[in-house]
Amino acid sequence: MAALRPSRRVLVPPLCRAFAGPGCQLAPERGAERRDAASGRVSGFCPPRKSCHDWIGPPDKHSNLRPVHFYIPENESPLERKLRQLRQETQEWNQQFWANQNLTFRKEKEEFIRSRLKARGLEPRAGSGQKATLDAEEMADFYKEFLSKNFLKHMCYNRDWYKRNFAITFCMGKVALERVWNKLRPKPKETAPRSPP
Amino acid sequence: MAASPHTVSSRLLTGRVGGCVRYLERRAMQESPHTFVHLFRSVRKQWITFQHLTFLRRMYVTQLNRSLNQQVKRKPEPVASPFLEKTPLGQAKAEICEMRPLPPPRLPLSRKSGEKELLELESASIAEGSLDAGTETKDEKHWKEMKLHLDDLPGILARLSKIKLTALVVSTTSAGFALAPGPFDWSCFLLTSLGTGLASCAANSINQFFEVPFDSNMNRTKNRPLVRGQISPLVAVTFATCCAVPGIALLTWGVNPLTGALGAFNIFLYTCCYTPLKRISIANTWVGAVVGAVPPVMGWTAATGGLDAGAFLLGGILYSWQFPHFNALSWGLREDYSRGGYCMMSVTHPALCRRVALRHCLALIALSAAAPALQVTTWAFPVISLPINLYISYLGFRFYADADRKSSRKLFFCSLWHLPLLLLLLLTCKRPLGAGGAAGEPQG
Repeated sequence: MAALRPSRRVLVPPLCRAFAGPGCQLAPERGAERRDAASGRVSGFCPPRKSCHDWIGPPDKHSNLRPVHFYIPENESPLERKLRQLRQETQEWNQQFWANQNLTFRKEKEEFIRSRLKARGLEPRAGSGQKATLDAEEMADFYKEFLSKNFLKHMCYNRDWYKRNFAITFCMGKVALERVWNKLRPKPKETAPRSPP
Repeated sequence: MAASPHTVSSRLLTGRVGGCVRYLERRAMQESPHTFVHLFRSVRKQWITFQHLTFLRRMYVTQLNRSLNQQVKRKPEPVASPFLEKTPLGQAKAEICEMRPLPPPRLPLSRKSGEKELLELESASIAEGSLDAGTETKDEKHWKEMKLHLDDLPGILARLSKIKLTALVVSTTSAGFALAPGPFDWSCFLLTSLGTGLASCAANSINQFFEVPFDSNMNRTKNRPLVRGQISPLVAVTFATCCAVPGIALLTWGVNPLTGALGAFNIFLYTCCYTPLKRISIANTWVGAVVGAVPPVMGWTAATGGLDAGAFLLGGILYSWQFPHFNALSWGLREDYSRGGYCMMSVTHPALCRRVALRHCLALIALSAAAPALQVTTWAFPVISLPINLYISYLGFRFYADADRKSSRKLFFCSLWHLPLLLLLLLTCKRPLGAGGAAGEPQG
């Protein structure tokens, strides 16, 4: 059973780029931190054997998204497999995007603070060891700049996210109908049809 | 569809009104990690039932989730400042342990027969490890089976449909209904309220369906059902459809087609215009203000069957109110908006943000003065409402001039009581039947 569970280490960057639009800029993978963050947590999580449902984990520390461990039934139909793969791919794609986004934000914010403090002649850390900070109005310039810099990236992401979300939900609908049909369809050996779920 | 469609504001409002209880409960449950470890150690000595452990686990998850989410800022609370630069950025690295691959001993656990033994071992492993070591074990405890329990469903659907916000929307619709001229028809009133409530549930559910990854990244919205995986997107869409269809049908055939059309239009405006626009252009704020203005208009059309000046006046009041309310609130959320890619005036055009808020505070005074001219209220209304309108305008001016957190919060909190009070005064000063052009005394 354990062998059937797919490894959750993934991230195939080309796969994600294939889904990104032409104007998209997925953040370049600079450094191990980004690669680790983008691939999500290394998960050794193993659900109990008896469980036949998906399991959802705590929010990832970089992307704030909750990873899902997908259950693979023994008699998985092609449609169910397609749904699972779609969900898995989307999860990884989302993980990469948001992990990069949040890390970039944090880094650029720190750089901004450092440069502003330097311009004022202040050290990043005061004598007491506390981090010197900028107030909200000074940070506003950074927020505005960051938002406009990432606007195109978000446009691509939004478009792709809506497409994927609709595709997954539509596929879920088809799978649900397939399951209902399978339950209602009279089996040759049974004397009476099963009642619908 | 909302009195304040901007999810940010609605969440805060409900947090103050009804969600305060939940917030306090959670606060009461938040104890220091070490207290939790002690609790587990003492509990371990007793026989642990499955329910008990699940309850403890849930509390543990709630508490730990807060400490792990250092990236996301907390929503602005009355005493907490969202802008304090937290050293947690540095502390978080120390606190959050590296994720290690799970050691093989997990497998033997799963082979044991009997759930209780498994749980005892699990609780034992929690008790034995401290918070810093064995994070992997604790994280494993946070994994939840994605199985829908029917007893949880009502609560989940209530959160999905933003039930408290829906209640506010229905109350503005009721105010519109009550303010409309003509005899008060109870059955029509109830049908209107029910239909509007269902339409609002549908719109809110679709909104959450669209925004799962964005909601995950904002503190205020990270506990929504779809984010937590408590239900699947298919269930959310099905629920929305099951609310929208009967809701609009009820409004169309139970009340009148105009109200039904307005309800359908508002669902469309909220889900297909406002929600995507939030990430494209600052125009979303104006669209959202229209979304908030439509429910009282619906109440009016339900009572009178037609759109007339009074309906537009009421819609106008709600429309104008949205701006000081939302713009002031959004002032404190600029970091989250910037990181999440939301296009809001407070980030991109801060001066415009404050100007618009002030402008609409003043517009409220003008609209209040127009109410008696349009035969909606008596002339007492502009007089009685002048103090509160002047006060909110004053706070709007302070926000415009000072442009700081303090003035934005004062304006926001003022808007929270200003609207209900204004609606109450409107109802009190409603022009009585047959009063004609004479200035009548307030009924209240």
